[in-house]
Amino acid sequence: MKGSDHLAQGLGWFGIGLGLWKLFEAKRTTRALGLEGCESLVRLCGARDVATGIGSLTVNPKPVLWARVAGDALDLAALATALRDKHNPQRDNLQLAVAMVGATTAVDLYVAQAQTRRHGYQSGVTPDYSHRSGFPKGLEAARGAARDFETPGHMKASLPSPASSPGPRTQTGKPNSPISG
Amino acid sequence: MKALCWHGKNDIRYDTVPDPEIEHPRDAIINVSSCAICGSDLHLYDHFIPAMESGDVVGHEFMGEVMEVGSETKTLKVGDRVVVPFTISCGECDQCRRGNFSVCERSNRNKPLADKMFGHGGAGLFGYSHLTGGYAGGQAEYVRVPFADTTHIKVPSTLTDEQVLFLGDIFPTGWQAAVACDIEPTDTVAIWGAGPVGQFCVRSAVLLGAKQVIMIDNVPERLSMAEAGGAITINFDEESVLSRLQSLTQGKGPEKCIDAVGLEAHTPRSIDSVYDRVKQAMMLESDRAHVLREMIYVCRPAGVLSIPGVYGGLVDKIPVGALMNKGLTVRTGQTHVKRWTDDLLERIEEGQIDPSFVITHTADLSQGPEMYNTFRDKQDGCVKVVLKP
Repeated sequence: MKGSDHLAQGLGWFGIGLGLWKLFEAKRTTRALGLEGCESLVRLCGARDVATGIGSLTVNPKPVLWARVAGDALDLAALATALRDKHNPQRDNLQLAVAMVGATTAVDLYVAQAQTRRHGYQSGVTPDYSHRSGFPKGLEAARGAARDFETPGHMKASLPSPASSPGPRTQTGKPNSPISG
Repeated sequence: MKALCWHGKNDIRYDTVPDPEIEHPRDAIINVSSCAICGSDLHLYDHFIPAMESGDVVGHEFMGEVMEVGSETKTLKVGDRVVVPFTISCGECDQCRRGNFSVCERSNRNKPLADKMFGHGGAGLFGYSHLTGGYAGGQAEYVRVPFADTTHIKVPSTLTDEQVLFLGDIFPTGWQAAVACDIEPTDTVAIWGAGPVGQFCVRSAVLLGAKQVIMIDNVPERLSMAEAGGAITINFDEESVLSRLQSLTQGKGPEKCIDAVGLEAHTPRSIDSVYDRVKQAMMLESDRAHVLREMIYVCRPAGVLSIPGVYGGLVDKIPVGALMNKGLTVRTGQTHVKRWTDDLLERIEEGQIDPSFVITHTADLSQGPEMYNTFRDKQDGCVKVVLKP
């Protein structure tokens, strides 16, 4: 695995842990930040962290990592708003929280960018494979060239199109007549 | 000798391992001239296949020259040039006599383990976990081929390695998937996954005379390769698969659908894929079955679903109601390689098809570990890697 894969996994487990803490210890979190009454919001953030944490553990965590970055921005905005309250008794804890979320945002951003590059095969110059038909005599000559191939009996379609496959596989031996009005 | 060995998730190394030896009178030792990385090797690389052990030699697409034969291996002699099928077959059991070589009853030496997992296990495979026999694979300088008198395809010297190497797996796999569709001249065949097997599904469906062949993927260069082979392409990042299939089939859906993706479907924008990823991360599901669900949904009633893509374990939320009520036929399985190869070799010799079109990267075996990454991440336009020991 590349370095950013390990980092993405680390962020995933960190997000799951932090999310579970927010879900089950919302009251302690709000009390520590002087934000009593905001427990529902904290639990919501916790659920989001768990979801993005699980997503970060997957093979291609790129979209989830960008979702984490967006989530970090929302968290920072909420904490900055709370910091404007000069009467908050827990301003020191709030400042510490801003610093920690800021650091996490930086790591998320770095890993999201690295994973975007890693899974960025859809960007950049597309190699031209339009000449690689695989048919030395050309595509038109290849169409139906193996029609003489006999499909083994047990691989024949169970209900073939009667219009194209009349004969022994239909009961009457005749193609179905169109329904007339 | 040197070989590529599995040491864990995303950890393939170029190791020195003991040379293989004749262990049974029906064995042969092959001096490998070319081998390839298969899409299903990536399932090992990403560790979705159980029962791998650290140090296992990987690889099941390989060919070379016979350098030693056991006393009972009468159909081969030293110096013969052979492609080796990835499914090991004894040629004598009930299944082999019926041509069902991929479910040979004798070649999997760990059959009791496979029986516990699948009810009844299949054939032994090269370099594909201890569930399929724990045989050393072909991404190596030399390989021991068990049941070598029946597990080989002799190839003429007039054809290059690149033209015949894929007779061991992906060409007959794509061919079998298309044959299983029983293609008729009025059929639309929709294929999911423009990887190497999907590319051979396109060529096979074209050769077998389908009215139209549709390829669904999101990797532009792979779609362009499929288009070159005669497919109409749908990039699922840019348009709705359902709507486009409806418009291409006058609202009736394709008669025949082929899943050339298997257990690692990558479709980040679909809800069921998110569901699969979460369940997989929580180890509540082993395989991601987005393509299977989509095929069941879009296929025309009384149609056929052909599944060459590899699945390893358990999936969830399969719309079995639609499967049943639409009367769909499902055909799947590992490839009965030897059943098709005489015919396919003739088609190569006649110039109907040249399988080398799919090779985008050729490298020394020592570069194997980085080529696994390149192939897995589809870097540098990679579609198929051939390695030279």
